[in-house]
Amino acid sequence: MTTVDERRLAAQRGLDPRPDEIMTISASRLLEDGKVMFAGIGQPLVAAALARRRHAPNLTVILEGGMVGIHLMPGELPDSTNEMRAAIGAEMLTTATDIFLMAQRGFFDYGFLGVAQIDMHGNVNTSLIGDPERPSVRLPGPGGANDIISMCNETVIVTNHEPRRFVERVDWVTSPGYLTGGDARREAGLRHGGPSWVVTDLALLDFEEETRRMRLRGLQPGVTVEQVVAATDFELVVPDHVDVLDPVTAEELALMRHLNGETDQSAENGEHRAE
Amino acid sequence: MTTLAFPGADTVEAREELERDRRPRVDKRMAAAEAIRRFVSDGDVIAVGGTNHARTPMALLGEVLRQGRRELSLVRPLTCFESELFIATGMASKVVTSWVGIGHGWGLARVLREYVESGQVTYEEWSHLGVGLRFKAGAMGVPFLPSYTMMGSDLGRQLDLAAVDCPYTGQSLNAVPSLNPDVALIHVQRADVHGNAQIDGYELMDADIARASRRLVISTEEIVDTDSLRLDPARTTIPGFAVDAVVLQPMGAYPHECYGHYLADEEAFREYMDAVRAAGSQGAREYVEALVSHPDHDSFMASVPPHRLEKLKADAKGMMPR
Repeated sequence: MTTVDERRLAAQRGLDPRPDEIMTISASRLLEDGKVMFAGIGQPLVAAALARRRHAPNLTVILEGGMVGIHLMPGELPDSTNEMRAAIGAEMLTTATDIFLMAQRGFFDYGFLGVAQIDMHGNVNTSLIGDPERPSVRLPGPGGANDIISMCNETVIVTNHEPRRFVERVDWVTSPGYLTGGDARREAGLRHGGPSWVVTDLALLDFEEETRRMRLRGLQPGVTVEQVVAATDFELVVPDHVDVLDPVTAEELALMRHLNGETDQSAENGEHRAE
Repeated sequence: MTTLAFPGADTVEAREELERDRRPRVDKRMAAAEAIRRFVSDGDVIAVGGTNHARTPMALLGEVLRQGRRELSLVRPLTCFESELFIATGMASKVVTSWVGIGHGWGLARVLREYVESGQVTYEEWSHLGVGLRFKAGAMGVPFLPSYTMMGSDLGRQLDLAAVDCPYTGQSLNAVPSLNPDVALIHVQRADVHGNAQIDGYELMDADIARASRRLVISTEEIVDTDSLRLDPARTTIPGFAVDAVVLQPMGAYPHECYGHYLADEEAFREYMDAVRAAGSQGAREYVEALVSHPDHDSFMASVPPHRLEKLKADAKGMMPR
């Protein structure tokens, strides 16, 4: 069995998927045909584009700028949810507020979020590090994330798996997961949705039904339970048996790089752009 | 009488002001300098139209920077580097938004970070829908709207948002307070001389902002006959009776984008970010100094290489539905 380090070295040589590519492809496999997805820039859009071309041609993609049912053009994926490139092929353009009100109405099956920090109950921080009154680092903030995780029917979180991100308690709850666990989310008045899956470069995780604690559900190929536990700065629920996820196929990888506008060469040296 | 927790949330006062001070159907065209002189004051809460780098009223904001104002609060759903120009020059003391970043892969907003982390500017963080509902309630003339937004999160707690119980079901929801900004600056694709305005593409929150605001200055890529608006009246989303001033300003959102007219100029973003990376907030101040050394936006535009502008226009045309 190869180790994570070996895997990363192979990825650097352009032969194997990079960690961000593994996450994107894992996320794309979660998307079912016919559903409605509230997407964001970067990995969520690439995952959506990949799913639409492989197994979910009737996935409707929504962006917070007001775009409904957009085309995802290879090499032309937008840099912002609020720009002309993001509106190409839209079936409908509406207001930004209307998009979130449709989320609140319950039309959107999936939301997708990235995180700066996530905790054991799926609470997400994208606002600040340190003391909230006087943060040591001021981050971009929620954007649509607070509304997405509060209102979409389920929310998929995609992030690198590192101890500094997987913390016992986030410094600031920008976007509510299951709060303190158990029924806390419902008791706070959030009757719908919540984080369903956490997709990382090491694993696929969900939340135990009773306690709403984060639980290991699948390992990326070549990764051990011990490696996942070591990369998580809180106690994960680890079942007796954990499946290994299907490896990324050459076809998935080639198609994803095509959608990203990358050749294998540029993927090797590629600048990762994220908003 | 209690002190209002959220300034600008008094819809009764905003309505009484509107009843006293109608906006008659006259020719409202004026230069940006006159519009800003008349309608933007020290201490104002300014709603900035568009979002991130889309349809930002850059020409009007540039004129505010040129004239100089103090103690401004800037409200915008998603904020780009335009807010940093006001923070770095000390003109804005407060930013109200759901997100600040530069976009185009540039990442975090460095100047804003510096000022927030050192406590020199007040940063009020709302959810995206929270900002939208503040404008929506202001536009509707009601003091709040109920929503699931920010429930259970530290955003709602930090803002001291109140909850409201539904009188029919008993369900508890957050009560998002209205906002009637002192003035809104909005850039549109076309308007007539009375201020009836059409927005192409994504409207974002601008129709609500226009209705909510106590004063409204629009800049427009072109001025058209009222009869030509009548050919596609459903696209007219800002009524002239909400408008105080109409500023004809081609390229009025540059270096940000204007749907159907031009894309954002990544080269201009690079120039700004290079200045900020080299000298921090001093870089932003130097950017403003260079900007305001031009007497107006047309003069600033004349300093941009024409071939760059032609490409931005051609690329925007290429992305239109066909």
